[in-house]
Amino acid sequence: MADTEILGTDSAVENPAVGIDQSVGDFTYDVKYEFDAGSGLNEGTVRYISSVKKEAPWILDFRLKAYQTFLDKPMPTHWATKDLESIDFSKIRYYLSQGQKPKRTWDEVPDDIKKTFERLGIPEQERKFLAGVEAQFDSEAAYSNVKDIVAKQGVIFLTSSEALREHPELFRKWFGKVIPTSDNKFSALNSAVFSGGSFIYVPKGVKVAMPLQAYFRINAENFGQFERTLIIADEGAEVTYMEGCTAPKFSTSTLHSAVVELVALKGAKIQYITVQNWANNVFNLVTKRGLAMEDAEIKWIDCNIGSRLTMKYPGVILKGRRARGEVISIALANDGQHQDTGAKMIHAADETTSSIVAKSISVGQGRSTYRGQVHIPKHLKGCKNNTECDALLINSNSRTDTYPAITVRGDRHAVQHEASVSKVSEEMIFYMQQRGLTEAQAMSLAVNGFVNDLVSQFPMEYSVELKRLIDLEMEGSVG
Amino acid sequence: MHTLEIRDLFVALTDQPDKPIVKGLNLTIKAGEIHAIMGPNGTGKSTLSKAIAGHPGYAITGGDVLIDGKSILEMEPDERARAGIFLAFQYPSEIPGVSIANFLRAAVQARLAEGEELDATAYYKRLYGKMDMLKIDRKFTSRAVNDGFSGGEKKRCEILQMAMLEPTFALMDETDSGLDIDALRIVADGVNTMRGPKLGVLLITHYQRLLDYIVPDQVHVMYDGRIVKTGDKGLALELEAKGYDWVKKELAAV
Repeated sequence: MADTEILGTDSAVENPAVGIDQSVGDFTYDVKYEFDAGSGLNEGTVRYISSVKKEAPWILDFRLKAYQTFLDKPMPTHWATKDLESIDFSKIRYYLSQGQKPKRTWDEVPDDIKKTFERLGIPEQERKFLAGVEAQFDSEAAYSNVKDIVAKQGVIFLTSSEALREHPELFRKWFGKVIPTSDNKFSALNSAVFSGGSFIYVPKGVKVAMPLQAYFRINAENFGQFERTLIIADEGAEVTYMEGCTAPKFSTSTLHSAVVELVALKGAKIQYITVQNWANNVFNLVTKRGLAMEDAEIKWIDCNIGSRLTMKYPGVILKGRRARGEVISIALANDGQHQDTGAKMIHAADETTSSIVAKSISVGQGRSTYRGQVHIPKHLKGCKNNTECDALLINSNSRTDTYPAITVRGDRHAVQHEASVSKVSEEMIFYMQQRGLTEAQAMSLAVNGFVNDLVSQFPMEYSVELKRLIDLEMEGSVG
Repeated sequence: MHTLEIRDLFVALTDQPDKPIVKGLNLTIKAGEIHAIMGPNGTGKSTLSKAIAGHPGYAITGGDVLIDGKSILEMEPDERARAGIFLAFQYPSEIPGVSIANFLRAAVQARLAEGEELDATAYYKRLYGKMDMLKIDRKFTSRAVNDGFSGGEKKRCEILQMAMLEPTFALMDETDSGLDIDALRIVADGVNTMRGPKLGVLLITHYQRLLDYIVPDQVHVMYDGRIVKTGDKGLALELEAKGYDWVKKELAAV
């Protein structure tokens, strides 16, 4: 994530790889890796990762079982796109790092990695508005720090590997409990080879005023990034976590397959914001789910731009009475991209409320798919769901599909579903061009207008970032 | 002084290029002048204004349009706009989710040199100045462009955009159609406020009544794709009294 100021200094950055264009994340520096699991996946790869991390035996067991589950599970191509079959697991590199311990100050971060994050604007944002930052470079975090004021409140913000060593009792209690290893083929893969990601624990009643942020950067070609994040908000606690992601554009494919578990205990609130801007060679197959106990609230804000294929359906299991779940999803699919996104709301207690608002934009030959699952069983009462999905088509060959699966049993619930498809008309573009905007600026403005009611709810820094990303996408989409 | 010259212009629909709608039209507008084009429906008045602005649905099949002697026909619609052409639309598009303030800001930004950033404070000061001048409520610009606007609000929005963008030539396409007398006044007051040596206006109208409020320097009668008669304000009154049939008969007699 870089703001325009950072973009403006691009030319001043030393030694970017030759032949790349100037879009935000698309650059790479040569980095020497101390630890490399090589290409391909077998039991040895799993053991290598675990031994490099000096993990406890139970974690290795967990990984090996997950590896078996991964092998046993078929690709979900009976419902998902056949493009998944293009992933060659034998060509991917599963672990690359310079070391396992993240630095606490930017000065200690090796120069080749530091300049990547500086170019993406991370240290600057940290100074400006964040309570803590973790910056992951390929498999491991290069930097992780939380401001004193937050640490003093007892907030734990570590990489997952560190937390497994330092807080095994907290970690193990919820690890793999919200998303079981066998949830899907990619959650199993993550469970086998996970590395990096964040662990956050917010103690009872603590409200973290500023957001915590993680930045996930893929630098290497043919690489697979498998971070594992677990966030626990204890009773009455509140926290906002934001993640950004970029990767350079390689001709080969890259795999990003994360697992993110959230636990909001009684009365707690977790807000999880993603602004992803993957290069269009990245398969982004992420499983994200939260568990909301009594009176707790979990809100996912999920913005998907870029990638070759994204499959991501953030969900909330509404486990406690009056728990609330919300998903706001924005997806933009450009040429050669498929955004298969949506949400899952599993009502498991009385008077639980869920809301899904999904907006997708298809540009050129881009394809967007909304998949939603809302489940309200018969024995509950007073549950509410509101689902809204709107699609915007920019060109006549763009494509959008909607698969809302809403299962409501019993007659004591309130459910609403609305969907719309609109197209940016030639007349609207001409109108804006007549006021002096180029065709690309006009389309960008139309798209920003389409998502405006959602974006206006984001923290300012992220709404500015999203707008800039949309501008960049639309600029490239007009011939 | 700036000049907009329409020279022997032929215009057709892009998908029907062999059926001309405008058939050899000549007209020169200088900055500071207000020209009115009147004529019966279906005579090519709106086609003329859209073609000058570069609407992709219309093809110029002959002749030329020049600003200060330079042809604008190779320019994209946005380049023409930045060169000083403003089209006040008969049916302005709605742009959901984009406020008038942000839309105008983007339009003003588009006129700056590359790399030059708009000064937000100065922009709002100027915007509010223009709104005061046009007696427009401050709340107006936080609404999405034309989204759910009444006919009068749409015209008000067009006039405000025109005031902010300060074009050299404004083409006003049947701006008065479907307006009640109050809305008509909004348009007329706006144009009269902006009237001056730097602005040339082409008023396209079916009815004479707009010309009671905006007094043109010249009145042209358009019929069957051409200008067939030119005069002063008196011509408009004559048309009002005698109807377009009078022009048709006169033409038939020639």
